[in-house]
Amino acid sequence: MEKISSENWPLWEVFIRTRQGLDHKHAGSLHAADAQMALENARDVYTRRNEGISIWVVESKYIHASSPEEAASFFDPANDKVYRYPTFYQLPDELKNI
Amino acid sequence: MPSHEQIFEDKIEREVRIEPKDWMPEDYRKLLIRQMSQHAHSEIVGMLPEGNWITRAPSLRRKATLIAKVQDEAGHGLYLYSATETLGITREETIDQLLSGKAKYSSIFNYPTLTWADIGAIGWLVDGAAIMNQVPLCRASFGPYARAMIRICKEESFHQRQGFEILLTLSRGSEAQKHMCQDAIDRWWWPAVMMFGPADESSPHSQKSMQWKIKRFSNDELRQKFIDVCAEQVKVLGMKLPDSKLQWNEETQHYDFGEINWEEFWNVVNGNGPCNKERLAARKKAHEDGAWVREAAAAYAAKKNHSSEIR
Ligand SMILES: [Fe+2]
Ligand SMILES: [Fe+2]
Repeated sequence: MEKISSENWPLWEVFIRTRQGLDHKHAGSLHAADAQMALENARDVYTRRNEGISIWVVESKYIHASSPEEAASFFDPANDKVYRYPTFYQLPDELKNI
Repeated sequence: MPSHEQIFEDKIEREVRIEPKDWMPEDYRKLLIRQMSQHAHSEIVGMLPEGNWITRAPSLRRKATLIAKVQDEAGHGLYLYSATETLGITREETIDQLLSGKAKYSSIFNYPTLTWADIGAIGWLVDGAAIMNQVPLCRASFGPYARAMIRICKEESFHQRQGFEILLTLSRGSEAQKHMCQDAIDRWWWPAVMMFGPADESSPHSQKSMQWKIKRFSNDELRQKFIDVCAEQVKVLGMKLPDSKLQWNEETQHYDFGEINWEEFWNVVNGNGPCNKERLAARKKAHEDGAWVREAAAAYAAKKNHSSEIR
């Protein structure tokens, strides 16, 4: 286990659900010594005006991101598959409710 | 294959936001770290002149409002510190730069808050000037900066309105209150006008910042806009801005205004304003006095980690 120094608390990413029924969305980040403090700080920093009803915090080091350098090839497989969209299929006008 | 520079410049050109992991020129990174950390420091130091009046606010309503505003400024500082960190500088380094005097913050906060009316003048003029500066930054080319600014701008408008309301109340009060109101405007007006920074021709970083679409308007453009707005708003207060040359110009469709005292500006920037030493000393003291809290929290977290490992 790495040591937490008093001058450099770990960084946490904050995700907030603004209303019941919606997804948690990334709101920003903050430093905190532990998860409980991260939640309380997130409440104070990101929800002073009722912006949330639920908060997730995740230590930033646990987030793995796709690389922007490889974005082109990484997302390429989705590029040429127009048949994944409903508009690809030509059907007669008299066909209703489809 | 286009080079890193070409891809970067092309994104700037097409208004595609730059994100932390994207390639960016070293100078762009440096300029952003400088501008964003300065901005963060300003939010934090900016709590001091207003904090000075929390215990002496004239009513519970004013006190609750002022606490909420000062809390917001702390939040703004934190949004911006986090956004700055995405550029690869640690929080610790950024704070060290402030405490060692290496990094600057907005000079406006080196002026004292002598009366309650100053809290009104700060809300109206200082937050007003800040909003003028910050709204275009919501479109800054660096994603985390732009997103932090959107959040900040949403919160700022209450700051300006509560300030104006304080002045409006005083302007309708006794002779002494009216006098206090005018006095605060007299003292805060020129420092607020200077908040937009040096004139365009003597602002070295400005041009680069505009070229990279971090800033969207020049210092002088924003300053003119601010003066035009305030020259009208002050009429609602029945007060005067302390500038004998302030006059509507039909031709330019803007207000003409008097000479800015740049000597005073540079003096305050270079550490010789009325409160520079006091502000920095207050930040250092807060940091040092808070050391035991940071140590205790770290020790507590370590202990909890340890016991959960054993279990
Ligand atoms: Fe602010
Ligand atoms: Fe503000």
